[in-house]
Amino acid sequence: MHETVRGSTVVVAADYFQSYAVVGLLAAVGVLFVAAAFGAGRLLRPVVPTPEKLMTYECGVDPVGEGWAHTQVRYYVYAFLYVIFAVDSIFLFPWATVFAAPGYGATTLVEMFVFLGFLAVGLLYAYKKGVLAWT
Amino acid sequence: MNGTVEVALRLLIVFAVFLTFPLIVGQTEHKVMAHMQGRLGPMYAGGFHGWAQLIADGVKFAQKEDVVPADADRRVFRLAPAVSLLPYLLVLLAIPLGPGEGAVGQVLDAGLFFVLAVMGVGVLGSLMAGWASANKFSLLGGLRTAAQLLAYELPMLLAAASVAMAAGTVSLPGIVESFQWWWLPWQLVGAVVFFVAGLAELQRPPFDMPVADSEIVFGAYTEYTGLRFALFLLAEYAGIVVLCGLTTVLFLGGWHGPWGADGLGWLWTLLKTAVLAFVVIWLRVTYPRLREDQLQKLSWTVLVPLALAQIALTGIVKVVIS
Repeated sequence: MHETVRGSTVVVAADYFQSYAVVGLLAAVGVLFVAAAFGAGRLLRPVVPTPEKLMTYECGVDPVGEGWAHTQVRYYVYAFLYVIFAVDSIFLFPWATVFAAPGYGATTLVEMFVFLGFLAVGLLYAYKKGVLAWT
Repeated sequence: MNGTVEVALRLLIVFAVFLTFPLIVGQTEHKVMAHMQGRLGPMYAGGFHGWAQLIADGVKFAQKEDVVPADADRRVFRLAPAVSLLPYLLVLLAIPLGPGEGAVGQVLDAGLFFVLAVMGVGVLGSLMAGWASANKFSLLGGLRTAAQLLAYELPMLLAAASVAMAAGTVSLPGIVESFQWWWLPWQLVGAVVFFVAGLAELQRPPFDMPVADSEIVFGAYTEYTGLRFALFLLAEYAGIVVLCGLTTVLFLGGWHGPWGADGLGWLWTLLKTAVLAFVVIWLRVTYPRLREDQLQKLSWTVLVPLALAQIALTGIVKVVIS
């Protein structure tokens, strides 16, 4: 239910929670489905474990050493970049709904270019530093 | 009481869509790939055109033994398929088929935001699978999956933000309602960026580096068998349905068609989604796999700048016309 207060629509909090309660219900349905599928699977499938079968498959050859091996995670710089940029771009969404409203216009457009400028300079900096190229 | 029945009906329909549409896409993929690549296998089961292939697959998955490797982190290993599958079920709830409240699972005010947030969770399942398998190749596959999400989530967010700017709302039905035909050329770059980024997040070819069989066996899913593996597959196809549905709703005008949206709006949405799903399959048979560094490069040096340019374009046009 939307109620109009002094010309602007106000969404009543109860409706807000109701729509997400449906999301919660669907999540419950999903969990039930997975549980039922696993339960039915347990009844249908054979269980004949042998030590060879329970060994980690890897590439078909018997595994050497531990599975949780040391690996060089080359992506961590991307992770930093991502966190910075994604947090920035989240702010775009609330802004996007009002930026063209009467009374904003050119001001918000300039703001937008300042914002995009920051992102572009950041990306350019990362590029110049050679972070985006593989070594 | 009436409201309870209605909610139950909505949930039931969304759930039915979730169970059938991915299978339809899967069956289509069998047949389309068979035709395009001259494959004989998918054309055999059941006689006419291999119609029973999907049923045969289902029976096979259901009666296979469920092996959890002795070294694996048992609980995480068994939970991972559910984590990767269920987000797509939730997303389906918010995608509108036609105009009005009757043709969408549930109208969410922050629909676009909700959808993007929940879709990101699916990747967590692959990461959990990769880590819990206690398998070096699975771990590498899981990390590649995570890196791919990091790289492609950003252009996807930016392209979606561009549509939100154009429509002035983040509600999915609201976005389709304000759609005009000239949005197609206006948002074209954003649409391509969104679709490509979505493909990459789903790890569909040519972005299937995390499951590259020639390098890391089958990535995070190597150790999985039977039903749990089937759930991962279902997640992939549910992801295709969700991605194509979202692209349709955000960029292709959803229920709008050339002859107006009266009555047959939902058919337009389904038709556009189906065509996009066909494109996804087509791309799989057409392009070779990208290398890991090419994949990162494509996102950071091509898609992100393109998405930023699209936002600038959207902002200028929107302010000029309003």
